[in-house]
Amino acid sequence: MSTRRRFLQIAGLSVLGLGVKPACDAMAAEPKVSAGPEALVGKRWAMVVDQKKCIKEEEGCKKCVDACHLTHNVPNIGNAKDDVKWIWQTTLEHAFPDSQNPVLEGYIKDSLKNRPLIVLCNHCDNPPCVRVCPVQATFRRPDGIVMMDYHRCIGCRFCMAACPYGARSLNWRDPRPFIKTETMNLEYPTRTRGVVEKCTFCFERLSKGLKPACVEACKEKCLIFGDLEDPKSEVSEILRKNPSIQRKPHLGTRPQVYYIL
Amino acid sequence: MLEKAFTGSKSYFLWVAILLILIGMGFQFYLRQLALGLGITGMSRDVSWGLYIGQFTYLVGVAASAVMLVLPYYLHNYKVFGKITILGEFLAVAAVIMCITFVTVDLGQPSRVFNVMLYPTPNSILFWDIMVLSGYLFLNILIGWTVLGVEKRGAPPPKWIKPFIYLSIPWAISIHTVTAFLFAGLPGRGFWLTAIMAPRFLGSAFAAGPALLILICLFLRKYTKFDAGLEAIRALAKIVTYAMVASVFFVLCELFTVYYSQIPDHMYHFDYLFTGLHGHTGLVPLWWLCVALAVLSLVILIPPNTRNNPTTLAIGCAAVFFSLWMEKGIMLVVTGYIPSPLETITEYHPTIPEMGITLGVWALGFFILTILYKVALSVREQEIGEASH
Repeated sequence: MSTRRRFLQIAGLSVLGLGVKPACDAMAAEPKVSAGPEALVGKRWAMVVDQKKCIKEEEGCKKCVDACHLTHNVPNIGNAKDDVKWIWQTTLEHAFPDSQNPVLEGYIKDSLKNRPLIVLCNHCDNPPCVRVCPVQATFRRPDGIVMMDYHRCIGCRFCMAACPYGARSLNWRDPRPFIKTETMNLEYPTRTRGVVEKCTFCFERLSKGLKPACVEACKEKCLIFGDLEDPKSEVSEILRKNPSIQRKPHLGTRPQVYYIL
Repeated sequence: MLEKAFTGSKSYFLWVAILLILIGMGFQFYLRQLALGLGITGMSRDVSWGLYIGQFTYLVGVAASAVMLVLPYYLHNYKVFGKITILGEFLAVAAVIMCITFVTVDLGQPSRVFNVMLYPTPNSILFWDIMVLSGYLFLNILIGWTVLGVEKRGAPPPKWIKPFIYLSIPWAISIHTVTAFLFAGLPGRGFWLTAIMAPRFLGSAFAAGPALLILICLFLRKYTKFDAGLEAIRALAKIVTYAMVASVFFVLCELFTVYYSQIPDHMYHFDYLFTGLHGHTGLVPLWWLCVALAVLSLVILIPPNTRNNPTTLAIGCAAVFFSLWMEKGIMLVVTGYIPSPLETITEYHPTIPEMGITLGVWALGFFILTILYKVALSVREQEIGEASH
């Protein structure tokens, strides 16, 4: 008998809990970063990587990577196992591993062979990472930016399993000792251990009217950023004029980083 | 009833003491992981789930297997399982607690685990996994404890518990199906992206769980007064045999699809297991050992005379248990990450703290199992004692 009473007690409390939850939601107002009047507004942010221009670049250039990682206090851990990467260089065969494509295999590949190729979060229109997150710590903004809430993330790494582009990193250890104090950007937070992070298309710079740090750093204009829904934007124009490819389009994630090779 | 766990033989207390020491050791390692982060494990940017999630995956199967006793006993009134059904239910309790603990130790921010309750996310399979796991834990504690409680007084199970018992049958299927869906729905992970994942999970679960139960029953038969009865053990052995055959068949179906279709993204992972990939052969020996044990288990379990002989049966069941432990507990998870989405290869080696924590959680599970079984068997012994007066 005591078991049944106990069960009813627990069941009653659980039902109460269901009622309390919406009330808590209502009280927990979400902090909103108010965008200034000069903020860049877009309906569908996208990026174009114009690899033809990157080839002209001198060897060993990684200005975009450095700019991004400095701006966002991305730690330089120095070992592949614990690495945190938002934007990084890889090669054609790793960025497009599934493309047994004659265009890629042929003359373009020759000109690109062993050249570094920039990869980053694709800010997919149908992001699997958002779908799997059990706490909505990663979510998609109406303008297409796939965001990370470092304060909500529980570090389950389901999103890392779901991302077919390897674009997400976990802070396997405390990142702060691996950020140089002299170059630390005090306007952007550092992270704690045990949370996932990734590229956010510099949402914080957009709200101030600035383009993403990587785009700004690339003087050769290999990286072009803009609103895909605006036909007059730089990205729309360049995509109209040039054939481009996306990474793993067959997976249906609809990536929004376009490559011109 | 719990007081029955505080009396027992010297070897019982020695066993409990060993388990407590292992739990303490695991906890020490876990404190270090809490302080330093998951960096002290062998997991990496490329292989972001390892031993912990593997153990979770395997033990969900062990938990689900309780249904193989509950279903024949309650649905088909198969009386032979009457004595051991509760052992299956308590095994499920211990296994689910281990699962939940493994998921918790795997979190980068365990202090935020309640975020899952604060922000219910029905589109995340992990949300549903937590729902079905906690539901199954609740059902098995409720059913096991209630049935044992009335049995102590010599009464039949109360009527109100029946719906819960029937509910626990589809629920057991759900926990392993949902866990399979954690893996099976991800784009770009060719190794996991297969519709047969959930059936495969159920097949291996219904082999591994009852195999462990047979080993426990054989042990109890030899060293305690409790005897499950040869008929019950033999019936369980048949279940293990059919389930293991199904499990192996499902893997062969997988291999057909992967190798006949020749889709590279799906083949690479299996290539890595069979022969290694680009000189990386980390899991090749384990895979072949797993295959060998699976074959050995079938060779022992299929012929009736070796299946019915307690000694060979024990060997067969141990082979099933360890073969599937390697397959679900290590390879299924790790191989999904090799090669990575960028087709680079990062191998995975669990570290000592990681293994210590894993061992500690297993010890915790066996501790819970020991206590629950001690209580259940003491109630049974008391009944036998009263009956003989």
